[in-house]
Amino acid sequence: MAITKDTIRQIAGLAKIGLTDEEAERFARDLSKIDTFVGQVAKLETEGVAPATHSVQMKSVYRDDVMIPSLPREELLANAPEHDGSGFLTPKVLDEG
Amino acid sequence: MNETQKQELASLSLAGVAALLEKREVSSGEVTGLMLERIRESKNNAYICVNDGEDGGALKAAAEADSRRREGKSLGPLDGVPMALKDDFCIRGMKTTCASRTLENFIPPYTATVAEKLESAGAILLGKLNMDEFSAGNATDTSIFGATRNPRKPEHVAGGSSGGSAAAVAEDTAYFAIGTDAGGAVRQPAAFCGVVGMKPTYGRVSRYGFVHYASSFDQAGPLSKTVEDCALALSAIAGFDPRDACSLHDPVPDYHAGLRGAEEFKSFRIGIPKEYMGSQIRDDVRQNLTELAARLQDAGALVEECSLPNAKYASSAHYVISSAEFNSNMARYDGVKFGYRAKGYESYEDMLLRTRGEGFGDEVKRRILFGIYSLSGGRFNDYYLQAQKARTMIIEDYRQAFCRYDLLLTPAAPVTAWPLGTAFPDPAQAYMMDMCAVPANLAGIPAISVPWGADKAGLPMGVQVMAPALCDDLVLHAARGIEELREVRAHG
Repeated sequence: MAITKDTIRQIAGLAKIGLTDEEAERFARDLSKIDTFVGQVAKLETEGVAPATHSVQMKSVYRDDVMIPSLPREELLANAPEHDGSGFLTPKVLDEG
Repeated sequence: MNETQKQELASLSLAGVAALLEKREVSSGEVTGLMLERIRESKNNAYICVNDGEDGGALKAAAEADSRRREGKSLGPLDGVPMALKDDFCIRGMKTTCASRTLENFIPPYTATVAEKLESAGAILLGKLNMDEFSAGNATDTSIFGATRNPRKPEHVAGGSSGGSAAAVAEDTAYFAIGTDAGGAVRQPAAFCGVVGMKPTYGRVSRYGFVHYASSFDQAGPLSKTVEDCALALSAIAGFDPRDACSLHDPVPDYHAGLRGAEEFKSFRIGIPKEYMGSQIRDDVRQNLTELAARLQDAGALVEECSLPNAKYASSAHYVISSAEFNSNMARYDGVKFGYRAKGYESYEDMLLRTRGEGFGDEVKRRILFGIYSLSGGRFNDYYLQAQKARTMIIEDYRQAFCRYDLLLTPAAPVTAWPLGTAFPDPAQAYMMDMCAVPANLAGIPAISVPWGADKAGLPMGVQVMAPALCDDLVLHAARGIEELREVRAHG
């Protein structure tokens, strides 16, 4: 099934990736081809098969509740595009009022 | 040293240079200097950055290794041996770019366990190696720093995503390298460049501190000139790490001390899955494996055709699950805590859209978009859940195969390295180039690519050996044996 430019725009919105019109068109074509390729897996008979989340048997591991030092604030802020010395700065998320 | 001596020294294996260092016939300062010189001269674009900063970098570390040796306090076989890491391993204070605009200026405040372990073994970090952007690719041609060339044939790709790692080992600018492999990203470039590349059992090597691609597949592994070198490097980096929740507790054997070779074939039962010998494998690659199979039989192994019934679903299942996991891992790049942030935005939402739109390359976007698509309401059951069930069936196929066989043997890749600039008209065609490698990631089992044969143009081929989980030593024995058969063939 062909994936439309509108679908690409919708999933790019979920992915928070801004796309140009040219990109949206190109990815619609690409993803339609990938969709055909991946479609095989949808046809597999999987009645009664449990989904695997991991390959190797994993068990929950407990560790002692010991405090370990975390990284200094200045070091963590050093990579931030914008900060005020105490926290990360972003554009406003909530409206005022 | 004259040029011939330099070339000889550079082309030594890890074990070879370690022996000279141990006998103090050469110093770490000399070999490190030689490697740095060769890196500067190379035109293959294997390195993204070189460790020659103000703090003294590689040469300072080499001088320290030399003084340890003089004082009889050597840290072991890796002490003073120059090596390099794929640029997805974080090292405190050193740029880690993942070959992306997004992390172009990222300087991690912490160090990956693999890098810590190598440092405590005395290995000298020469620099960070080129890769596909965020490991999304299989030719190291999605890097913002440009493609890596294949040292065997510079007009061809090095493979990927750990292409810089394979090229550095092949061009003798590192005695070994560590890459990461979520779908063949160590083994396929190793095959393309004619070196050894191993993906250990999932959880055998800590994932802490390398930038994740697909967390349920990611595993770090060595690229080296010989299998013995691979065993030395794996012994240094394997082991439980409390900082990785998927790290295995099982004790780590000494892979190097226990290494055996071709005499082992007498006790090996080897299966060749017919699904990886079909029409999707190029004729000469198939013939190459058939020829090896005959030699393995001559060496005393039981070699039989076998079947992995669900093999044809492996590539699509891997693509769905890895894209979904990749999408989750990529969510952190929001331009707030670290990494690229776009300019000229009007709101928080607009900042995110621009930052990610400008910061990611095409292949990264394509995989994120498909990842979200396969997790979305309309596709979740048909794709993501189906792929997870297919994974269960594939794991079961391997379990059953390993009831009959000690090892499975396939080509490492269906083709040899393709020319630089090749554009696959259909992205799915490019993903199929990983078809031989991805099942080991789905099943979490150890797999190695070892050089065997070449095509008409002289481009190397690799063969892949797989064994049950935690039988990493078995994989190494078999690969060492194949190497011995290769030496016999070359001299016979």
